[in-house]
Amino acid sequence: MNFNKKIVIASGKGGTGKTTVAVNLFYAIRDFYNIPAQLIDCDVEEPNVNIFTKGILKEEKDVNIKIPVIDTDKCTYCGLCAEYCAYNAIVFVESMKHIAVMEDICKGCGACSYACKFDAITEKDYNLGKVQKFSIDNNSELVEGRLNIGSPFAVPVIKFAKKQENKNSLIIMDAPPGTSCPVIQTIDDADYIILVAEPTPFGLNDLKLMIETVKLVSKKIGVVINKAGIGSDEIYSYLKAENIEILMEIPFDKEIAKLYSDGKIIVKEKPEIKQMYIDMFEKIK
Amino acid sequence: MKQITVVSGKGGTGKTSITSALACVIKNKVIIDCDVDAANMYLVLTPKNIVEESYPGGRKAEIDYELCTNCGICMDLCRFDAIEYVDDKYKIIENSCDGCDLCMRACPVGAIKMKQGFSSTWFIAETRAGTMVHAKLGIGEDLSGKLVSLLREKAKEIAEKEKNDFILLDGPPGIGCPVIASVTGIDIAIIVTEPTQSGIHDLKRVVELTNNFKVENLVVINKFDLNLEMTKELEKHCKENNLEIIAKVPYDKIFVDSMVEAKTVVDYAPDSEITKIIREIGKRITSD
Repeated sequence: MNFNKKIVIASGKGGTGKTTVAVNLFYAIRDFYNIPAQLIDCDVEEPNVNIFTKGILKEEKDVNIKIPVIDTDKCTYCGLCAEYCAYNAIVFVESMKHIAVMEDICKGCGACSYACKFDAITEKDYNLGKVQKFSIDNNSELVEGRLNIGSPFAVPVIKFAKKQENKNSLIIMDAPPGTSCPVIQTIDDADYIILVAEPTPFGLNDLKLMIETVKLVSKKIGVVINKAGIGSDEIYSYLKAENIEILMEIPFDKEIAKLYSDGKIIVKEKPEIKQMYIDMFEKIK
Repeated sequence: MKQITVVSGKGGTGKTSITSALACVIKNKVIIDCDVDAANMYLVLTPKNIVEESYPGGRKAEIDYELCTNCGICMDLCRFDAIEYVDDKYKIIENSCDGCDLCMRACPVGAIKMKQGFSSTWFIAETRAGTMVHAKLGIGEDLSGKLVSLLREKAKEIAEKEKNDFILLDGPPGIGCPVIASVTGIDIAIIVTEPTQSGIHDLKRVVELTNNFKVENLVVINKFDLNLEMTKELEKHCKENNLEIIAKVPYDKIFVDSMVEAKTVVDYAPDSEITKIIREIGKRITSD
């Protein structure tokens, strides 16, 4: 059996249990099949996986983009760089011979450097966040992307974290919530996407949005219903009508909620839940 | 006029349930749902849209293969890894394209054009709790921060015209682009957290963000009774960091029950303990 697959755990709504499913699937499958496995935390705005895995830091890399530095001695104030900038990150006032880079909104595309014909633009590193590798037990590792607080650009950090993937292992990725660009970046090369949803109106609404989003990348998907028993049955009829498989149902249980809240790994405490994850993996592998 | 944003860092702590309930107890305000890529407030405030407009999406590069000479300059220059070479052809990976125009400008034969991406829709609506501004981000769209800024402009115009005292914003999860757009220039951030390790971790990061904007931070601990030790830890952290806890909300099924009925908890259970707490929060944030 080939275990070298990329499985992404996603959900439109936040707090449905993405991280729980990612971490518990990782431990259940790695230990049951005794295979190499890697976790990648792509929720770079709020990375929470290591709260559970408690890994030891072994490597850290900065995620930088290249942003322009304008040499005002060489600048002829032609304004072409500002014209080329699609992000309005260069402030240019011709009459006052004023030119400045707004560093926090520059996306580092390089268009201004390309535009400048007078060698007046050089580039420097601008830090957006970092990617850290943590050793966890049994020779596994966690790759965590972490966006700097105040930086709006999550995507380069996600891309950098994904570049650390170990193709010779099972890869489980924890996606950010939502349906916009950071999510697309996380799911775009997945072999399988597990959507975690809760059976409430908010949960169903966001699951529908997420399924529309996943259609953009046309991947294999299945749904985990978390906190089953709360809310209503509407989600079940929706999934049936859409012909989407329910991979697993995790009942709403205060004991599970308590284990989660303490940062504990449920499959290590509850063998019956571990079996549910192993059974689920059978359906998707 | 005061602007109040409800944030959390972590998703699913109860932001929208609490914001929509607050919307029912705070008078004379405009409501904004800033969680534009997974908007939920409309499900309980059942708005009647009176204005509906589209908002253009980001642009994506497109190659005209009649003109393309396969020189590869575009791929060399692209810093978003959005151009790949497969089957003897350069191809745009649309999900990665950031719309910077560089390839279009650099193409020596003019084979690249920019086309409009998926567009979003924004609305001004009437609800039983007052005027609400909300949006639906185009699927896979990447301009959520800009769309939030637009919603805030519209809400401000309305609030100024109607002489409203408050703008109440339901923020997105996380700390990235749309969250920054939701907390820039506000007066009060209400941080809804929960007594979990993740809740505490994420609270710390979102507070670090809101502190950049010099806002008053007020904390609500939701589902506090699900883990009393962790609630104590949260209280200790808040005390040490001068964060005022304005309410502790118990775990209660009526949040989900009211949602199933498409109601806020205040509409659904006006005499409940939870509604009483919501009223207290409302009083606290509108008092000074």
